[in-house]
Amino acid sequence: MNFNIYDFTEFVNSIKLWLNSVLPPAAADIAGFVIIGICFLTFIVILGLSLVYIERKVCAFFQQRLGPMRVGFWGTAQTIADIIKLVFKEPLISKGSDKFLFNLAAFIVIIAPFMAIAAVPFAKGLHVLDFDIGLFFITAISSIGVTGILLAGWSSNNKYSLIGAMRSGAQIVSYELSVILSLLTIIVLTGSLQLSVIVESQRDGWWIFKGNIPAIIAFFIFIIASTAESNRGPFDMAEAESELTAGFHTEYSGIKFAFFFLAEYINLFIIAAVGATVFFGGWMPLHIGNFEFFNNIMDFIPPIIWFFGKIAAIIFLIMWFKWTFPRLRIDQLLTLEWKYLLPINLINLLLMALVALSGWHL
Amino acid sequence: MGLKNYISDIYNGVKSLITGMKVTGHYFTHPGEIVTQQYPENRDTLKMFERFRGEVVLIHDENNMHKCTGCSACELACPNGSIEIISGKEIDPETGKSTKIIDTFVYHLSMCTFCNLCILSCPTDAIKMAQGFEHSVFDRSKLTKVLNKPGSKIMPGIK
Amino acid sequence: MTEQELITNIETAPETQEYFINMGPQHPSTHGVLRLLLTLDGEIIKKVEPHLGYIHRSIEKMCEKDSYQQIVHLTDRMDYLSCHMNNEAVCLCVENGLQLEIPERVKVIRTIISELTRLSSHQLWWGVMGMDLGAITTFLYGFRDRELITDIFEETCGARLTMNYNVPGGVMFDIHPNFQKRTKDFITYFRKKLPEYDELLTGNVIFTERTKDIGYLSKEDAISYGVTGPSGRASGFACDVRKRFPYSAYDRVEFKEIIYTEGDCFARYKARIDEMWESMKIIEQLIDNIPEGEHKAKTKAVIKLPEGEYYQRVETARGELGVYIVSDNKKSPYRVKFRSPGFSNLSALDTMARGNKIADLVATMSTLDLVIPDIDR
Repeated sequence: MNFNIYDFTEFVNSIKLWLNSVLPPAAADIAGFVIIGICFLTFIVILGLSLVYIERKVCAFFQQRLGPMRVGFWGTAQTIADIIKLVFKEPLISKGSDKFLFNLAAFIVIIAPFMAIAAVPFAKGLHVLDFDIGLFFITAISSIGVTGILLAGWSSNNKYSLIGAMRSGAQIVSYELSVILSLLTIIVLTGSLQLSVIVESQRDGWWIFKGNIPAIIAFFIFIIASTAESNRGPFDMAEAESELTAGFHTEYSGIKFAFFFLAEYINLFIIAAVGATVFFGGWMPLHIGNFEFFNNIMDFIPPIIWFFGKIAAIIFLIMWFKWTFPRLRIDQLLTLEWKYLLPINLINLLLMALVALSGWHL
Repeated sequence: MGLKNYISDIYNGVKSLITGMKVTGHYFTHPGEIVTQQYPENRDTLKMFERFRGEVVLIHDENNMHKCTGCSACELACPNGSIEIISGKEIDPETGKSTKIIDTFVYHLSMCTFCNLCILSCPTDAIKMAQGFEHSVFDRSKLTKVLNKPGSKIMPGIK
Repeated sequence: MTEQELITNIETAPETQEYFINMGPQHPSTHGVLRLLLTLDGEIIKKVEPHLGYIHRSIEKMCEKDSYQQIVHLTDRMDYLSCHMNNEAVCLCVENGLQLEIPERVKVIRTIISELTRLSSHQLWWGVMGMDLGAITTFLYGFRDRELITDIFEETCGARLTMNYNVPGGVMFDIHPNFQKRTKDFITYFRKKLPEYDELLTGNVIFTERTKDIGYLSKEDAISYGVTGPSGRASGFACDVRKRFPYSAYDRVEFKEIIYTEGDCFARYKARIDEMWESMKIIEQLIDNIPEGEHKAKTKAVIKLPEGEYYQRVETARGELGVYIVSDNKKSPYRVKFRSPGFSNLSALDTMARGNKIADLVATMSTLDLVIPDIDR
């Protein structure tokens, strides 16, 4: 087995060969699926738990607090304790709710990010689904989550939940536009929706630097719109703790509530991953044109660290938004999208086309 | 004109958002300014102010003497009935006169609002407010306290 | 589609229904156990009906069996955020009834502590206001600064929230030796921190969008509903009792009565922020000039008010608090009535919130600065 931290292609291939050598071809494929599934399941659980912990710590430091300090060193085991508590809690179902949809909603919400995460390129060769519509796949799949939110609101038999769900529906449908248009702005330059190609196209510099001003504008629109799409503050209209108690998941308890909670954080990760891949070169180290020396030093840092570093930076930015700003009102939210983000986005796309045609980008 | 307003709206909006982020960003990067305390861990160093009203205590000196004459002024002053004085009689062996003394000084912590009126009303300064604030117990009956220690006597000369 | 078709389309469209929502008694933004029955059309509020009584403790009735000293501590539990002003109101009323000359020192101490209480109340309100609008961080910042004031209270009065520092005739103890230094330190500290409040919320584009032209209350409505305090003054109703009917030491300090004419949430917000500056000014004028003297005038152990009716009003952090005592020359009053500012302010909520959205109702309620135990008593 040939393990190389800079390029996982051989490592993955060797596992594949080994599976094929010990198992018949069909069984080898299934075994491969199972291994990948288990890997992602573990990854998502660890990711969810650590993101919750990080969020609590980051928020605490913004607020001049220490955050969780009791369970484990500096409270590191706090989220594990929380999840144990949630697992043991009674899953209550309110009277008059649509039981089937009520249960289904929690699963739909968690399935969407599970599917989307498969297309995320973690490092060279460490990429499960790499097909030519990768970016399209991620945006399409991750918007399935809103169905879950709508169902949750509808089936809960609670007016607060219903209002929250309807808000969330209006919000996600609108902001989906901006997310995709801002991504399209970069696609104009890459010419491909395949994530590995997008990453590879940034070998000589990230798009945010190469793409001139339109790329920077596109990134800001992307970060605003994707914050809104993931239902996070200041766009947490669907939950709106002080208005709708807890919005669409008011009636959920126990492990089903944990699903909603986990889904929020995995969505956060996916958004950051997409942003990092498209604007900041994914796992690609920071390269500046032809400065061989500089590029070589940067190459020395493993791509997986680059990738997670970029994601951490974007997640931090989104958390910073959440813990600073007041919440918008639903009509202001839609005004922001349709009167500001969308027109700017369209003009920006046009501008980018102009840049691409005249070769002003690097 | 309309376009100019539109752009200045966006500019001012973004500027105000960044001002806000600067404030939170400042505190994020200055963890030394954290104000919260780690409460049970800092028990040893935690000192309450001397006037803090935590509970009523009857002051006893080293000879197990207190100053309470059992006049029940505190009982009358208490707005919630959290003090009950059960008084007894003691016959002076020399003169044969009987004097009123306290038998039990019952203090219902669960009913107390820490208003300090009993302390103000006490003519002999026998009771005071102590600084203890950890009053939680598993059994409600433990909140009913007897303040005079067993075998304690009134200080001589206090009338 | 022609115009006619459009009209028939609208006519044949399924009818929309109004529906009810119970906001409270347990709800994050009603700050206690206030129950609002909302009639909604989608998200638009058609009617707000406050239902009270969830935290009624019959304080007025309890006063009828208590002595005048004991009444004071009950008023702590009405508007707990301006407890000192409540106590002061009762004490002033009793002192007026007894024709008692109270020492100058007491007046100044009472004024300083009142203003500190007002500051702490407004700090908490600011934090909660931010939290109601979704900016949770402000809550912690508000509490951070308030903590210093509660420390001052704890050192001098012996309690942090329900201080019961006033007694008829004066204050319970003399001020702590550290009091002046701590207060001055706090003022220096808070003069630096208050601009931060502006940076975080006042200037924020989301915040101004959320509060400007929301929850409008005209001056006429403010007067007819009896909306007082910063909420009334933001509608242009000059109702500052400290200015109009000075009590304690307010006649000798200079401060501005904050008046805004916009009458919307933002004006109410600004009125409170400006009041914090004014409060600091008042404290600064008095803190070095506390006259020497007794901290309490001599009173009898059993206070009996002469037969008659007594009324005293003070300006609490929420508005005008009136204390009305009817005495029949016994040791407890015949009847006590509190005119609480929160109750009158709440009554205007329906007028202010109608036609706005649920989120605006939360903002409106926040800027009214309701304290539910004050409304229910």
